[in-house]
Amino acid sequence: MLDPELWKLFADSFGKILLPGLTMTIPLTAISFSLAMIIAVAVALVQFAHIRVLSQIARFYVWVVRGTPLLVQLFVVFYGLPNVGILIDPFPAAVLVFSLNEGAYCSETVRAALESVPPGQMEAGQCVGMSYLQVMRRIILPQALRIAFPSLSNSLIAMVKDTSLAANITVTEMFMVTQRIVARTYEPLILYIEVGLIYLLFCTVLTKVQRLVEKRMRVCA
Amino acid sequence: MLEVRNVKKSFGNLEVLKGVDLTVSQGDVVAILGPSGSGKTTLLRCINFLETADEGEMIFDGEHFSMNRISKRDVSRLRKKTAFVFQNYNLFRNKTALENVTEGLIVARKMPKARAVEIGEQALKKVGLSDRSGHYPDQLSGGQQQRVAIARALATDPEIIYFDEPTSALDPELTGEVLSVMRQLADEGMTMLVVTHEMNFAKNVSNQVIFMENGVVEEAAPSREFFENPGKERTRAFLRTLSGEL
Repeated sequence: MLDPELWKLFADSFGKILLPGLTMTIPLTAISFSLAMIIAVAVALVQFAHIRVLSQIARFYVWVVRGTPLLVQLFVVFYGLPNVGILIDPFPAAVLVFSLNEGAYCSETVRAALESVPPGQMEAGQCVGMSYLQVMRRIILPQALRIAFPSLSNSLIAMVKDTSLAANITVTEMFMVTQRIVARTYEPLILYIEVGLIYLLFCTVLTKVQRLVEKRMRVCA
Repeated sequence: MLEVRNVKKSFGNLEVLKGVDLTVSQGDVVAILGPSGSGKTTLLRCINFLETADEGEMIFDGEHFSMNRISKRDVSRLRKKTAFVFQNYNLFRNKTALENVTEGLIVARKMPKARAVEIGEQALKKVGLSDRSGHYPDQLSGGQQQRVAIARALATDPEIIYFDEPTSALDPELTGEVLSVMRQLADEGMTMLVVTHEMNFAKNVSNQVIFMENGVVEEAAPSREFFENPGKERTRAFLRTLSGEL
């Protein structure tokens, strides 16, 4: 059915595509997502607590980031900013854009989760003598993150695939490496399917991890 | 020990409290009765500053506070001397029964963990839940949750415990276990201010009754007098409507 030559190409390319997946796609995702979580929680807390000026800034940030394409954001930072003297290397530029972008989306997830924690939890915490911040840190936030976990997992899985856009700003991640092999071999169908399968593999692992974690969270209520 | 004077509170145009006075002495068990919407719960929430009263004065242990202009520091100082038991328990859902009890000791009062656990286990024992200390609120019945909430209140060694309809969310067969814990506390001399619909509790456990309606105190009297010889026609009418369940 399939030409043995193509099978050979498929097999030879597997390692070549997987390698930048392990050394580039995964670190890019891990670093960006970690930063995104910090941004998301900070932005969500600022809005949840109605801190006046900060929550306006937070809303503006979410509005701009969610209202513009990720690809455009990458181009502005990598190709645009040098015009005003700001030169950022491809990898840090990608981390910057991905974490800011994901942070905006996830902040809404976290904010909604914070709001879904019953107000009685805060009241009970204050009635046993804890301060607002103590209740936030020890009672409200842990509950909110548990509620937000499935949605945040969703965002993480989406981000793994979105990192392929970094190829456009010369980050040599999986998709760019695949494009290079295609340029040499003129076999786009099998190679693009192959890289797609590797993304699928990564996401399958994440889905399994998500299930496991959710199961554990259910056990400890 | 606790006295509030002229407490007023409105939500928008609705005047919920129209100048309420109340006095609780050390060792008193005061039951606040009254029909729904009479302002009982709002009064209790204002007394613990979960709502800010529009007006009113509080004297706690001889110290005067203005209820509408009290500082955050004073609120948190007062809250360390008091405890609150909610209608819907409000146990911390991410903490075990024992952790619920120790949280306020370890976090708010900076008590060493070992000591807090010791106190927590004693408090759980007192409400008969030693064997449930590792359970999460979801794994407990309503009555058990409310007993954990009472243990959480006891652990902080409060001068007074406020109860906001502690049995209203419970099935009838579960109210008994909560009421018996409360009766035990009353017997031990704990000062309690209890908003309730439980006439038997008001009659047999509390020593003072405050009857509220439409945001004012209609009648305040020692329990025996309140039930046997109510002073006002309105109180008599209220008791008559309830006589069916007595």
